[in-house]
Amino acid sequence: MTLWFVPYLVAAWLFGWGLYGIVSSRNLVHLVLCLALLQTATYVLLMGIGWRAGGVAPVLVGTHPGQSVVDPIVQALMLTDIVVEATVMALLLAMAVQLYERLGTVDPACMRVLRG
Amino acid sequence: MSFSAILPPIPVALPLLTAALLGFGGKHTPRRLADAIAIAVATLVTCATIYLAIEAAHHPIVYWFGGWKLRSGVPLGIAFVVDEAGAILASTGGLLTTLALLFSLHYFDSVGALFHALMLIFLAGVCGFCLTGDLFNLFVWFELMSAAAFGLCAYKAEEPAPLQGAINFAVTNTIGAFFIVVGLALLYGRTGALNLAELGRAIGPTPDLLVVIAFFSLTLAFLVKGAIVPFHFWLADAHAVAPTPVCVLFSGIMVELGIFGIVRVHSAIFAGVLPVPGGLRDVFLVAGGITAVLGAVMAFAQRHLKRLLAYSTASHMGIALSAWALASPKGLAGGIAYLVGHGLTKAALFLSAGLVLHTLRDVDEIKLRGRGRSHPLVGAILALAALGLAGAPWGTLLGDSLLDDLAMKQHLHGFVIISWFAGIVTAAAALRAAGRIFLGFGAREPEAPDVGGIEGEAPETAPSPRRVPVPMLLAPIAALICGTLWNLWPPLRQSIANAAGQLADHAGYLARVLRGAQAESIAPHLAPPSWVHAVIPPLAALALAFLTLARSRLPFAMRRRAAGKLNIFWRPLRRLHSGHVGDQVAWLTFGAALFAVAFALLYR
Amino acid sequence: MSDDRDELDPGARGRTILFFIGGVPLIGLLAAAMVQLPRSGAGHSLYGDLLVGAAVRERHVTDVVTAINFDYRGFDTLGEELILFASVMGVLLILRKSDEQPACDDREDERQTRRAPPTSEAVRALGLGMIGVTLTFGLYIITHGQLTPGGGFQGGVIVATAWVLLYLAGDARAYERATPKPVVEAFEAVGALAYALLGFAGLLAGLSFLANLLPLGPIATAHSGGTIALLSVATGREVAGGFVLLVTSFVEEALAERAGSS
Repeated sequence: MTLWFVPYLVAAWLFGWGLYGIVSSRNLVHLVLCLALLQTATYVLLMGIGWRAGGVAPVLVGTHPGQSVVDPIVQALMLTDIVVEATVMALLLAMAVQLYERLGTVDPACMRVLRG
Repeated sequence: MSFSAILPPIPVALPLLTAALLGFGGKHTPRRLADAIAIAVATLVTCATIYLAIEAAHHPIVYWFGGWKLRSGVPLGIAFVVDEAGAILASTGGLLTTLALLFSLHYFDSVGALFHALMLIFLAGVCGFCLTGDLFNLFVWFELMSAAAFGLCAYKAEEPAPLQGAINFAVTNTIGAFFIVVGLALLYGRTGALNLAELGRAIGPTPDLLVVIAFFSLTLAFLVKGAIVPFHFWLADAHAVAPTPVCVLFSGIMVELGIFGIVRVHSAIFAGVLPVPGGLRDVFLVAGGITAVLGAVMAFAQRHLKRLLAYSTASHMGIALSAWALASPKGLAGGIAYLVGHGLTKAALFLSAGLVLHTLRDVDEIKLRGRGRSHPLVGAILALAALGLAGAPWGTLLGDSLLDDLAMKQHLHGFVIISWFAGIVTAAAALRAAGRIFLGFGAREPEAPDVGGIEGEAPETAPSPRRVPVPMLLAPIAALICGTLWNLWPPLRQSIANAAGQLADHAGYLARVLRGAQAESIAPHLAPPSWVHAVIPPLAALALAFLTLARSRLPFAMRRRAAGKLNIFWRPLRRLHSGHVGDQVAWLTFGAALFAVAFALLYR
Repeated sequence: MSDDRDELDPGARGRTILFFIGGVPLIGLLAAAMVQLPRSGAGHSLYGDLLVGAAVRERHVTDVVTAINFDYRGFDTLGEELILFASVMGVLLILRKSDEQPACDDREDERQTRRAPPTSEAVRALGLGMIGVTLTFGLYIITHGQLTPGGGFQGGVIVATAWVLLYLAGDARAYERATPKPVVEAFEAVGALAYALLGFAGLLAGLSFLANLLPLGPIATAHSGGTIALLSVATGREVAGGFVLLVTSFVEEALAERAGSS
């Protein structure tokens, strides 16, 4: 496997563009999705770390001892990670919906209530 | 089985259980019942964590969840490692939650128990964060704290400002949290461990880029939470818009935990491989110094009382970060004393700001000029609490005194100057507001050109008759009394010394968790606070506040020229704090790059 | 970049430049650190290996991920469940009904065009038919998490999906009638409550918080994992309730918006 580093580079790549998306966003819904993109970088990183060449899923039905199994820990961590992301997205979207109700816009550039 | 063997999960599990219970009742829980339950639980948590702090005085208590301990030397489950510092901060969180709930007895009639449930969940997050000994678990409690905080911040969702503030807060802090995941993934990939002590053992003695960047990633999340420049933008936005009792928790404990997170992660994992004196020290001293100065200056330029206090928090967190960078058990002791002392006095300040909002229906210093004359007690509390920021005995006295002493010994005169500057200027800003509102001093226009802030603020409570409800007055007074005890009571000083000794003892922590060793860490000897610090900076702050207020007596031409000069300085600062979430994230990226490059160069 | 944009958002260019000055070295350093990890596929974790070896023997559980989530690291899951709980409460708080009229009302046209077309018969029939299947599948995933991939989280989300199908196939008002909020709130809270109580049960039994109390059934049966199955069901309840509440809040908001425009 000569391309072993690809998952890591993909993770860094996604992280960078997720950040860029947030910085340049002109729509809060788009911004929330970019935040989700940013987080997918952490999924890819965790999965890349946990993968074992030739490993099977950590569901041990009919596997013989000595069978290589991918790391179950990172999968458990990722599950938590996903829930965290889903909840933050829900909160942010709720805020965006309410903000649209109040201001009639979801463009961060048009929200000039707080400054200084 | 001793009591301390079953107590560690309680400060987390009990508030969570209660929050679920309150959620079950939903909107139909009677308001007073929810109040009673929430206050009782917060008090219980405070008592439990104080008990833990007493028990942990000699060595940390290790608690394994699910009974999964070590196997072949590898931790199987999640551990709580209750050390003195963690228990002290958790009990501060418990105390402040109790006070905030007490204060909000007259608040929030519309949503039943939702507010109480979120406050308790926040408290559980605080306790879990302070007590845990597992890196991923740390992330979970960090996020729990954040999730509750985002909801609480957007409480006044009928106005646009709270929503914008909450969005800025949520986006920047969530990006910070992702950095934790990156950091822990790097460490897990290298060592295959998640337990802090196991990580500290497995990480090895030689730093390479992976270790440095892992440390950077973990630190970054805490720097964002701790509002260090240039990650501080969210702080003022969130504080300006959150309900006052929530601000008490934000400024009193959440931001402090950002700084504590750095200390915890470093002392447990990285102390062996990335010692503070080798390079890290300068980076953090510079970052802390800039934050302290900028925060103080920005605080002075505000007219919105809550925004003013928020910038002062950023300023003080700069000092706390530098305290840690002083890299000695005494510096750690000073840092803990400073964090808790600041938390208590800032809680009293926000509670008084809440009183101002309750009695005068606004928090704008200029609009309220002279309108507080009929409420001298509120003004007195506000002024007293403000003096605490400069080092009065109910504020940061012990921390200031220990840190200045140590910095002088290390020939860091710059640190001493900055710490005095930050204390005096932030206290003077708050005193100026108190003088203008309650005594009617000063001009009708702001001294420093106004750098903005939101237009006024809607009251949070129903107007009450002229008398202020007793619990609302009691809460800030209690915070000031606790602050005095914290600074002056010798047994507490011994606790601080023990906490610092344990935090400085990396090997002892590892041995305790991984081998069950019972060796006691060496606690530094702490001198009682010096009275110089208790008297001079507060007097200086008073003088500065008075001078600012008396400025309107100066000849008009002189004032105009001064204002013109100052404007060159203010305008770019104002443009910087645009309130645009994209700007804040761009600064976050830029600041992150600065830190990452600095670390990478240091350990090349 | 159009002039219009520059006028509206004068900081845009500076922001982008600032981002790239910081972003490029930051991502470069992150990538440089990541490639110092063990090669992907050739990593090794003593912790993971230990749990893979122990899960079936000690816990009679064949899905190691579930064993980790609900037992070895079950305390994480308590926190995670409460994160969901907290954010659902946050959303309820943010989207609570306010009597206030929106500040400006120049969105009339947009509302007209955004109004959903009536649901077609095909969608209706297919959706209603799928509800039963989805629900059953979700419940299966919740209850068999310790044996096959799945568990409370995954199953809970699937169960919540069944409710979303109800919304897609029926109409919003029918959906609202079918999901009385207080009932769902109580349903969700019981899930969170049950998880915390199971934790305390361990303490009361003189063991650790969240320790297993129940006898381990034979491997490959639904009750094989002791408390794992109970914790999984509690989580499933919490997650399903939580997500249904989230969807309901947003649907209510949309309905209110539509009512406001007509």
